[in-house]
Amino acid sequence: MVTLKNVIEDEIALQEWFLPGNSCCAGCGLEIALRWAMKALGPNTAMITPASCLNVVIGLWPKTAPNFSQFNMAFAAGAAAATGVSAAFKAKDYKFPGQGWDEMVSICFAGDGGTTDIGIQGLSGAAERNSNIIYVCYDNEAYMNTGIQRSSSTPHGALTTTTPFGKERFKKNVPAIMAAHEIPYVATCSISEPLDIYEKFKKAKSIEGCKYIQIFAPCPPGWGYLAEDSIEMARLAVKTGFWILYEIVDGVLTLSKKSKSLVDPSKRLPIIEYVSKQKRFAGISEKTLIEIQERIDNDWEKIVDQLECQSK
Amino acid sequence: MTKVELTDFVQNKETQIIKGNVAAANAAKSARVQVISAYPITPQTTVVEKLSEFVDGGYMPGTQYIKMESEHSVMAATVGASMAGTRTFTATCGQGLFYMYEMIHWAAGVRLPIVTAIVSRGTAPPWNIWADFSDVISCRDTGWMSSFCATHQEIYDEILMSYKVCEDYDVLLPKFVAYGGFILSHTSKPVIIEDQDKVDGYLPALPDEKGWPHIWVDPERPLMHGNLIMPSGFYTEFRMKLHIALLEAKEKIKNAAKEFEKVFGRSYGNGLIQEYNMDDADVAMLAYGDLALQMEEAVDQIRKEGYKVGMVKLRHFRPFPTEEIIKLGKKVKVLGVIDRAIAFGSQTGGPVSGEVKTALHETEGTAKVFPMMNGIGGREVSLEQQKNQLKLLVKFNETGELPKDMIYGTYWDGLLEVK
Repeated sequence: MVTLKNVIEDEIALQEWFLPGNSCCAGCGLEIALRWAMKALGPNTAMITPASCLNVVIGLWPKTAPNFSQFNMAFAAGAAAATGVSAAFKAKDYKFPGQGWDEMVSICFAGDGGTTDIGIQGLSGAAERNSNIIYVCYDNEAYMNTGIQRSSSTPHGALTTTTPFGKERFKKNVPAIMAAHEIPYVATCSISEPLDIYEKFKKAKSIEGCKYIQIFAPCPPGWGYLAEDSIEMARLAVKTGFWILYEIVDGVLTLSKKSKSLVDPSKRLPIIEYVSKQKRFAGISEKTLIEIQERIDNDWEKIVDQLECQSK
Repeated sequence: MTKVELTDFVQNKETQIIKGNVAAANAAKSARVQVISAYPITPQTTVVEKLSEFVDGGYMPGTQYIKMESEHSVMAATVGASMAGTRTFTATCGQGLFYMYEMIHWAAGVRLPIVTAIVSRGTAPPWNIWADFSDVISCRDTGWMSSFCATHQEIYDEILMSYKVCEDYDVLLPKFVAYGGFILSHTSKPVIIEDQDKVDGYLPALPDEKGWPHIWVDPERPLMHGNLIMPSGFYTEFRMKLHIALLEAKEKIKNAAKEFEKVFGRSYGNGLIQEYNMDDADVAMLAYGDLALQMEEAVDQIRKEGYKVGMVKLRHFRPFPTEEIIKLGKKVKVLGVIDRAIAFGSQTGGPVSGEVKTALHETEGTAKVFPMMNGIGGREVSLEQQKNQLKLLVKFNETGELPKDMIYGTYWDGLLEVK
């Protein structure tokens, strides 16, 4: 269990790798996600960034905020490009051993559109091959960079510019899809739990093979709440049980600290506490609200089933 | 043109009777490529199969072979591996090349020395898997260099020469090495697989660097690449420099061919074009790919009939050998251009014939261009047909007469009757 003391004692973590002065919106969830991921990973990192807000918020050429190797990439190419970088590290290490190539981490940092929609083929390929990469999806639940269009990660009922009456379908469960690929590590994070982000990235770094981490990253302009409430939104998503924090190591599911007690339905806040604070759910019908609540309860039942199954 | 004689086979233990695709795989092995990323597509498949044997069988120690789930991912991984400073190789064609098209632009935009074999095939629909260079030529404006091979040996040789050119710090561009599907890929011929030391001398392994002069992975020198750039930024200039680099690669291509001849004893003209019986030719045919090889025989036979015909093999399509074509235009009276690719709706319908016309349009007293088209979708082109094509050039030169059944200024040879 990582505590603040661990972070303070970590010289790498005390430094900033995603520098201030970048072009993120105030209260950007992505910024917090990237900042804490990099505190765990440090400079021996090569990051592939497929099309997303991240391409823009790093700064307009020639200014740039990442203080680590960072390469912009085509939308659907994230996982494959990171795989190529990882293969190059291996080839380099073979030819020039002892120069630290084996310590380099290849990571793809993509949005939910680049992960759950256009990039899922490449991601599935990398997972099936067990490519030695960390694939991160920062999930703000829509195409925010292009102006808030729905993605397959947009939740049921949410208004976007392409779902003007609310999205009919539920959010695609990509962590479950990744777990079905039987990769060595799958984890979910939330920007409201930075120490959990730090711990999970440290763990991912230590594991050989394909690692998938999805970070819940609220978006003030996209969701319609005040910038200072980003952490609160992420926290409410966890407390309502809408976003479940867990990790799956070699197929074994473990709930993370903030989600552990929520196995008991009475400990979960009702979903209205979460949706009522965001304009994207404005005018949501009673029926939709009930459907969302039922979905959450169902998701938890599946989690409980799996935990029981594992303990047998 | 390079002819591997049987005596070479007997004398040189390194000569193998192999398929064109196996020659390509051997070239990647000889070049000591470090990362291969590939996805199977007919008729490229035996390239990736042979490479799997080489890598998984331990004949290419240290080489990483990523067996990809799609061509888009193939080029993405190749770009990733090349950015980190490794020598990379892949092969594809037709639909596969079209599927990776976005990443083709990316590879050139990052200025990466990626060599890609294109086992050219027809474009669907309808499905067609036979020789047709429309695939590689449709990547004309992507910033890649592209060349055509006429023989099995040339596939092996051209891939080695390509790395030499691509990795030159003044060039740093990717390159297609194209050859006709099935005609070269699936037939077997003697090919000299050069001694590894000799290849290493011509094409040394990459030095111990963190990457290339313009892109690298080095925690001590963190680098970003590809950030959004405003219209007022250097976007235009980056693109212009890519254009200039492509044009200036011509000298490097010539040098690479010259040095190749010195080391290995096989000549490929000046690298950009290769002439055949051109010294006293009145008319000439510009051809490319495997049909250029058969055209040599056609030229020999027509010459026996007393006509002064010659042939020029177009080796590179990008960069386009404009200066060589202008010289050629001054040398002969009629220049036939035979395409095995379609540029729909262009002035001649043939991508190369159109380009040749453009190259010659400001030259006074230049040859008349006679555009021809054949072999689309792998349709057979016989020696008799090629002899007839040459005779049409002679007739046009002597009488000014063109065939009556030209289609919008181009002679389509070997058409079936259509209503």
